[in-house]
Amino acid sequence: MERVAIVGASMTRFGQRDAWIRELLAEAGAAALDDAGVDGGDLDHLYVSNMASGEFEGQTGVPNALAHDLAAQPAYTARIDQTSSSGGAGVYAAWQSVASGASEVTMLVGGEKMTHRTTAEATDVIASLTHPVEYRQGVTLPSFAGLTARLYLDEYDAPRESLGKVAVKNHRNGVDNPHAQFRKEVDLDTVLDSPIVADPLRLYDFCPITDGSAALVFCPESVAEEYAPDGNYAVVSGIGGATDTHVVHERADPTTMGGVVDSSEVAYEMAGIGPDDVDVAELHDMFTILEFLQSEDLGFFEKGEGWKAVDEGVTDRDGDLPINTSGGLKSKGHPLGASGVAQVYEIVKQVTGDAGPRQVEADTGLACNVGGFGNCVTTTILEGSQ
Amino acid sequence: MSDHETTDTDADGQGDSAEPTFEAAEYADGTVTYPSHAVGPNGAERVGTVDLREYEARVVTWTTSTATPPGVREPNTLAIVEFEMGDDYDGPPVRALGQIAERDEAGGVTGDDGDDSDNGGDQFSVDIGDRIEPVYADELREPGAGIREPESQDWDGFQFRPVE
Repeated sequence: MERVAIVGASMTRFGQRDAWIRELLAEAGAAALDDAGVDGGDLDHLYVSNMASGEFEGQTGVPNALAHDLAAQPAYTARIDQTSSSGGAGVYAAWQSVASGASEVTMLVGGEKMTHRTTAEATDVIASLTHPVEYRQGVTLPSFAGLTARLYLDEYDAPRESLGKVAVKNHRNGVDNPHAQFRKEVDLDTVLDSPIVADPLRLYDFCPITDGSAALVFCPESVAEEYAPDGNYAVVSGIGGATDTHVVHERADPTTMGGVVDSSEVAYEMAGIGPDDVDVAELHDMFTILEFLQSEDLGFFEKGEGWKAVDEGVTDRDGDLPINTSGGLKSKGHPLGASGVAQVYEIVKQVTGDAGPRQVEADTGLACNVGGFGNCVTTTILEGSQ
Repeated sequence: MSDHETTDTDADGQGDSAEPTFEAAEYADGTVTYPSHAVGPNGAERVGTVDLREYEARVVTWTTSTATPPGVREPNTLAIVEFEMGDDYDGPPVRALGQIAERDEAGGVTGDDGDDSDNGGDQFSVDIGDRIEPVYADELREPGAGIREPESQDWDGFQFRPVE
């Protein structure tokens, strides 16, 4: 199996954008092609990670539209929808296309246009992934987070403030990310005094609704220097995808995300490393509680200890294991199909030493992209070539 | 097959009787799930149903959602509850997610005939570990107000209220 390199990466500014989905995808796609020094016509495969352009905007068929806009015909195209983990699933598909030898040059573009919808409408589009017995009760993804946060705080004797510290940390990191939706620090009192959204979680425990796009260009490592003449690129050293139950209340332990556990085991084994070897991580902090769950289920910390790591500064940018140096979904924003791609974008920047003021010492980085409320997960491990 | 009493009901749990049932599925290896699936968690075939109204349950966790989608009462207090299936049951926990019922003016609950369209009303308070019982509601959420096709699923079901 070919080892796969990432030789081009881009992301648009995340936030409230005037552009619609086709324009967002083309903006990130063109920039990634430019970064890799290739033209659309050089692409064998072109994937688009997108959850719901039809539901949000009434625009379907986006991969073909993007191929045309980037003059990439006759590239093979496909849309990857795995809800909030569409981006991670797209990374998996793009990696697979090159590793299998089916494609020599593959581009993945993830994007979503959401902010023209009201919060209630956007929440309902996302909640449509739930089972009918959940949907009819009016459940939302934020309410799953509230249910889980209450149980976690109760089971592990964690203080409410510990969740707020995730928001404070990730907003602080986002200040140095020029693509982030929010580049503004928040203090703990602001988080803890913000309006309740899903008790015990408050407004600042949640990521915003966001427009944006991100893109990556993949090729076999054996030819990576054709596209990265300085020999500085990222390698996908491990990747795994897994699912958990569709119905959230059927999980044996509601504070464990089985898809995170299972996908990371595959990724670690492929990379030949363990959690202690990871230098930097991007986790799917759609809600603050998710950063605790993933940091534990990835094996970074013991079960029930993730909150202490945040409390003690272990996951700060200058800590032993920086988490969400990009600002995470919390600060950077969460345009559904783009988020998993943008997570890998940040890790590419970190392991190639190109993260600017966000740079940490990192040879190996990990991105964990979660769909639904842990329903489907992709974990990707990257190493720098130098 | 376990010793649980099974009932023959149709897919929506209404059966032939007027009294709605809280229908979970039972599988050949004795496991029970709510909702039902094509096969059980271990791959065993479905062999019958269990009416969860016959079992006591306790609150595992709860939340009150204040930002609800179209057609959902606001606020919306939800709980995950776990049913006590008895000493003979050794399958995975049997749980359900549901709304917490509202008090009516007389101190009972609204449901069949209460106004629960978009006003959260005075919902019961619950806490982790509290005992609850299911209460039938003929419309949990306004069909057609959200994105899901109204004819694609049922909109009635069970809420929970604390057992005094």
